[in-house]
Amino acid sequence: MTIVLVLIYVVFGVAALVTLWRIVVGPSILDRAVAADVLLTEVMCVLGADMVINHHTRTLPVLLVIAAIGVFGSIAIARFVARREGR
Amino acid sequence: MRAEQWMDGIALVLVLIGALLCLSAAIGIVRFRDVPTRLHAATKPQVLGLILICIAIALALRSAEATAFVIPIVLIQLATAPLSAHMVSRQAYRNGTLDESTLLVDELAEARTRDEES
Repeated sequence: MTIVLVLIYVVFGVAALVTLWRIVVGPSILDRAVAADVLLTEVMCVLGADMVINHHTRTLPVLLVIAAIGVFGSIAIARFVARREGR
Repeated sequence: MRAEQWMDGIALVLVLIGALLCLSAAIGIVRFRDVPTRLHAATKPQVLGLILICIAIALALRSAEATAFVIPIVLIQLATAPLSAHMVSRQAYRNGTLDESTLLVDELAEARTRDEES
C-alpha cells in the first residue's frame, strides 16, 4: 500500500514539473495557456487524490469551483491574442 | 471490513491510473511540436484522469453526498474542456502557429480566404 502511495506522489510531482517546464520554455503564449490548463487540471487531480488517501471531504467545493471557473483562463487568453492580432 | 479494504485499494489504483494519465498529458505537451498537437495531448487524458479520480473519490468516501457532489464536477469538466480547446486551437490556426506542412486536408483555409476577401 505504501509503495502505491509513493508511486502516486512521484508521478504527480514529475507531471507537474514537466508541465512547468513547458510553461517556462513555451514559444508562444498559446502553448503557455494550454500548459497552464493542464497544470490546473492536475491541481484538481491532486486535491481529489488527497481526499481519497486521507478520507475527508473538505476540498470537494474547491474541486467544483475550479471545474466551473478554470475554463475562463484559457478562453480569456485566446480572446486577448485575437484582439491584439486582429486588424 | 474486507469489502471496505477492497474498495480503498481499488480507489488507490484508480488514483494511480489518473496520475499516470496526467503524466502522459505532461509528456505529450513537452514532446509535440505545435499548439494543436499539444492540445490533442493535453485535453483528452486530463479529462479521463479526472473522471477516474472522481470515481475513486466516490469509492473511498462511500457516502451519497460525496457521490452527488462528484457527478456535477465530471459533467462540468466534460462540458468546458472542449470549449477552451476549441477557442485555443482556432486562435492557433489564425495566428499561424501550427505547422502547415503536416496537414493533409486544410478545410479552414477556404473559409479564411473568403473572410479576408470580404
